[in-house]
Amino acid sequence: MKKNRLLLLFGLLLSAILVLSACGNSDDADSADEGTDGSDGNASEETNDFSVAMVTDIGGVDDKSFNQSSWEGLQAFGAENGLEEGTGYDYAQSDQDADFLPNLNRLVQQDFNMIFGVGFKLAEALKEVADQNPDTNFAIIDSVVEGDNVASITFAEHQGSFLVGVAAAMKSETGKVGFVGGEESELIKKFETGFVAGVAAVDPNIEVEVDYAESFGAPDKGKAIAANMYNNGVDVIYHASGATGNGVFAQAKDIKNGEPDRDVWVIGVDRDQYDEGAINDTNVTLTSMVKRVDTAVQQVTAQAMNGEFPGGEILTFGIEEEGISVADTNEEAYTEEVDKAVQDWKQKILDGDVTVPSTDEELETYMDSL
Amino acid sequence: MAIIDVLQSIIPIALFYSAPLIFTALGGVFSERSGVVNIGLEGLMVMGAFVGIVFNLTFADVFGSFTPWLSILVAAIVSSIFSILHAVASVSFRADQVVSGVAINFLALGLGVFLTKQWYGKGQTDMVSQPFYSKNVPVLSDIPIIGEMFFSGAYYTSYLAIGLAVLSWFVLYKTPFGLQLRSVGEHPMAADTNGINVYKIRYIAVMLSGALGGLGGSVFALTIALNFSGATIVGQGFMSLAAVIFGKWHPLGALGAALFFGFAQSLSIISANIPFLADVPKVYLTIAPYVLTILALAGFIGRAEAPKANGDPYIKGTR
Repeated sequence: MKKNRLLLLFGLLLSAILVLSACGNSDDADSADEGTDGSDGNASEETNDFSVAMVTDIGGVDDKSFNQSSWEGLQAFGAENGLEEGTGYDYAQSDQDADFLPNLNRLVQQDFNMIFGVGFKLAEALKEVADQNPDTNFAIIDSVVEGDNVASITFAEHQGSFLVGVAAAMKSETGKVGFVGGEESELIKKFETGFVAGVAAVDPNIEVEVDYAESFGAPDKGKAIAANMYNNGVDVIYHASGATGNGVFAQAKDIKNGEPDRDVWVIGVDRDQYDEGAINDTNVTLTSMVKRVDTAVQQVTAQAMNGEFPGGEILTFGIEEEGISVADTNEEAYTEEVDKAVQDWKQKILDGDVTVPSTDEELETYMDSL
Repeated sequence: MAIIDVLQSIIPIALFYSAPLIFTALGGVFSERSGVVNIGLEGLMVMGAFVGIVFNLTFADVFGSFTPWLSILVAAIVSSIFSILHAVASVSFRADQVVSGVAINFLALGLGVFLTKQWYGKGQTDMVSQPFYSKNVPVLSDIPIIGEMFFSGAYYTSYLAIGLAVLSWFVLYKTPFGLQLRSVGEHPMAADTNGINVYKIRYIAVMLSGALGGLGGSVFALTIALNFSGATIVGQGFMSLAAVIFGKWHPLGALGAALFFGFAQSLSIISANIPFLADVPKVYLTIAPYVLTILALAGFIGRAEAPKANGDPYIKGTR
């Protein structure tokens, strides 16, 4: 009995320590943050009163994709304006979805003037924080968040997809090309319709096989879909499917290894995926649809610094704003002929001669108009 | 599309899709047959994928075209050592085996991603230059029809997986060691009374599952994903676990279940080209394996009966 009571006492003591220390910790962290921030904020105010930060998606700033590109944009901006890393520009790393909110709040407390949320996953957290801090400027990438202090940065993926569609149609010899999507959604639909329209612009008789893996992280399914498409005579596949696309590359390289003379191509997405396509001394990556997140981040930050922050607006970065580009790293495959066609159509889009469809309905009217 | 053409497109896809699941499911069979629940299969696959990719990237120049084979061997050894953690926790310290398995899953993923960052300075590794490539099997691929289906453009690792399944069946059901292993999983006290070292057998079984899980993970990484990141292995370990249960804890059953999963998956992709399946919404074919696993668990497709002592730590001297 006595032993039990002792145990109980011990347990109570332990839990008390746990609770108290938890409080203490957060307090410490907060005050420490405020302390360092206060001084940091002051220091930066003296030299340059503008500071900018970003919260990463779960990828981290070295993910070879969005987060890295955004961070490079901030670094370039910092170098241009003589800001120091840590005080003038900084990032907060999120390791899981639950980190978004605390990270955003921490950066707000550190008095950053402009805060980016990288990726559509942060939309909800960013909205909450933006509502509570009307004096700080926010921007969300790849999503739309309402609020007078939030700029929504989106990309005209359909325009870029149109151009790689043109490239695919120029390159295809079998008259069949393929599209592999991640999860079927409004965003990925833009890739699909743009691509289909681009292919049809060159030759309406080219068939486009479309399939969705229903996941952005299933390389096995991506490989299976690619195997099926290549079996059916498709020779160019455009993937908009994140890590699922690894499987598409794997299949293309496997075919290339078995039959070096057969022409199979993959078109990469979001960034230049040239490295992914390397096999032996050749490369299966025809080109990539590159989203210039760095350009977008730099432009919006500059606007904010000059007091022209586009709050409440939905910005679309397309070909005109140089937010979208087509990679030409594979010189062997991406020939001048292909490049010329792509540049021609790019000009037509810039001149307004072509309006690239971004939904199924628009695609239908577009196809009818051909 | 004639039925033979359909099979010719489905079977190679099903074979490469299933191979990692077969390896890992066999690992699950060994572990669970000895009475140790192994939720950690996913983590063991992650470890295998990580080690396989790192070894391949590091030694591709040294070993040339042998690199992928050595990579999966090293991955199996390292994962087997890694799985000792699970064995120590759940066999020696009698911790809850499910919790210990979950810990393995977290630990492997965290360790893999962390070390990738430390060693390569980025969130994912580069793509390997020496992955497995599919081959036409000499002689056999010249057999009409069957050669096209089973022996053309296939990965040798798939045959290795099937071979290991048969070997596992032989070991478990035709050797004294297999009998000991199964008896430990059914009634450890009776086994102990007969002079079988329960702890030793369970340690061996868990390490075997580590080796096989590592094989599965590295084969997945070197045939399908070609690089390592936190998103390389997402759920394949749990699918293998489902294959163990669907296959009723029998090596050949697990083989069949894994092949069936691959078959259903490739059917869902190819269905658009098959006349009578084109109208069936893809989602039904995609979820078929999981629905069947649940049905098997619920007892609709025969009884899926786990080894009796599965999940119970053995304490010497208790009754």
